[in-house]
Amino acid sequence: MFRASATLGLRRAAWGLAQLAFPFVVVAIAWEAFAILGPFPPRLFPRLDVIGSTFVRLIATGILPLHALDTILRLAAGFALGGVVGVVVGMLMGRHRWAEDLLVPVVSVGNPIPGLAYAPLFVLWFGLGNLPAVLLVGFSATFPVIVNTWTGVKAVKDIWIRAAQVMGAADRQLFRKVVLPGALPYVLTGLRLGLARAWRVLIAVEMLTSVSVGLGWLIFGAREFMNTDVMLAGIAVIGIVGLALEKLVFERIEQFTVVRWGMMQR
Amino acid sequence: MDQIELRAVSFEYTANGRRVLALSDVAFGVGVSEFVCVVGRSGCGKTTLLNILAGFLTPTKGEVLMDGKTLHGRGLDRGVVFQDFAQLFPWRTAQRNVEFGLEMKGVPRDERAATARRFLTLVGLDKFTGAYPHELSGGMQQRVAIARALAYNPSVLLMDEPFAALDALTREDMQRLLADVWRETKKTVVYVTHNVAEAVYLADRIVIMTPHPGTVKSQITVTLRRPRDPLSIEFLEYQKRVVADL
Repeated sequence: MFRASATLGLRRAAWGLAQLAFPFVVVAIAWEAFAILGPFPPRLFPRLDVIGSTFVRLIATGILPLHALDTILRLAAGFALGGVVGVVVGMLMGRHRWAEDLLVPVVSVGNPIPGLAYAPLFVLWFGLGNLPAVLLVGFSATFPVIVNTWTGVKAVKDIWIRAAQVMGAADRQLFRKVVLPGALPYVLTGLRLGLARAWRVLIAVEMLTSVSVGLGWLIFGAREFMNTDVMLAGIAVIGIVGLALEKLVFERIEQFTVVRWGMMQR
Repeated sequence: MDQIELRAVSFEYTANGRRVLALSDVAFGVGVSEFVCVVGRSGCGKTTLLNILAGFLTPTKGEVLMDGKTLHGRGLDRGVVFQDFAQLFPWRTAQRNVEFGLEMKGVPRDERAATARRFLTLVGLDKFTGAYPHELSGGMQQRVAIARALAYNPSVLLMDEPFAALDALTREDMQRLLADVWRETKKTVVYVTHNVAEAVYLADRIVIMTPHPGTVKSQITVTLRRPRDPLSIEFLEYQKRVVADL
């Protein structure tokens, strides 16, 4: 009985894995077919085994981890900056009418502008290297955080506020114990969108601000020598890191808070 | 002496440029530990009245006295249970919801946990202290809300159709439970409802209101012995009397 259910579980897990792998297998086959039959020479459109071995080699020699680590640190710094500023400004807008009147037009105009459009300006203002990259990442990330935090504060149910006031909550307690957790589902959505934006703009901005190490720079630099395999290995890492942030960080936080509280379905 | 006394309370508001008189010269008293039901059709201003008692609204004319003093705004001497299940904080467990008022009062952690558990036991939810609101049924959520309103020990409990959104069977259970809780705690209760049978089942006295503008039409003292039998002839007689005045 036990063995039967164990093999059943195993089979189910294997089936789940196969389902997960299937789309990637399809893409891989299409890639290989194009590499062999397509118009590009192998140098420009390498086959998967070449990309794979380059990927392994770059990891083994520590080159990819080195670049990835630098990029992630830059992302963390920029995102922390944008996240904190975004949450604070969004809360201000949600709580105070003057802040709302003042900032809604500014944010509405600023939000749809791609962060990368400011890159040349930031380079002129802050020079090359880490500083403009981090600042631009923070700047780009902050807009979705502001908008969603503001919406979240507005979406805090009136009845929660009233219930808390009846029980004697003063303004500060109301903010900390009702508004903050009440707005959390939106704040998390904002942070997630902000992180996605930060990640995108960071890779591009690394190509423009000539940082000395980083995935964006790695990919950009590899172009000089037509190292398409290196470029693709770098792109793969970008995808993996992005996915890991989503699955390991955001889904965990949501699972532990808003999903557990029934405020968001998963 | 009455614990709560409404003196010629009127409330007027402006909607779409028109002035609406929601309450006109409402006057009645509520004694200590008395259970008063305010009954009326929708639009008779009964919820407005409760909002005034809770301190969310201020009468435009007249005043409300509480323990002989004019009422100003909200206070921990009153607990409120709303109709909406969403009144509980979804990010807090049942116990932490009940603790909220005690937290605001600065009661130490152990003490408030013990008090919260005691009141959850009172409403029959001692097995659900760790459950989040979304894991509880509507009836259970309203029981948590009642426990929460009682936990910080207000002398008056204000209830705005707390069981209106429940199915009929659950509502009957809740009414029985509330009658028991009231007998145990001896709070002064002002209970707003449009359900006549509910009012006759629960109330010491029924205040009947009529709309446009909201005024007190009549008051009926219910002298039936508790626990009351909703199927008895006397019970139905009371229902008839209330309906006749609505």
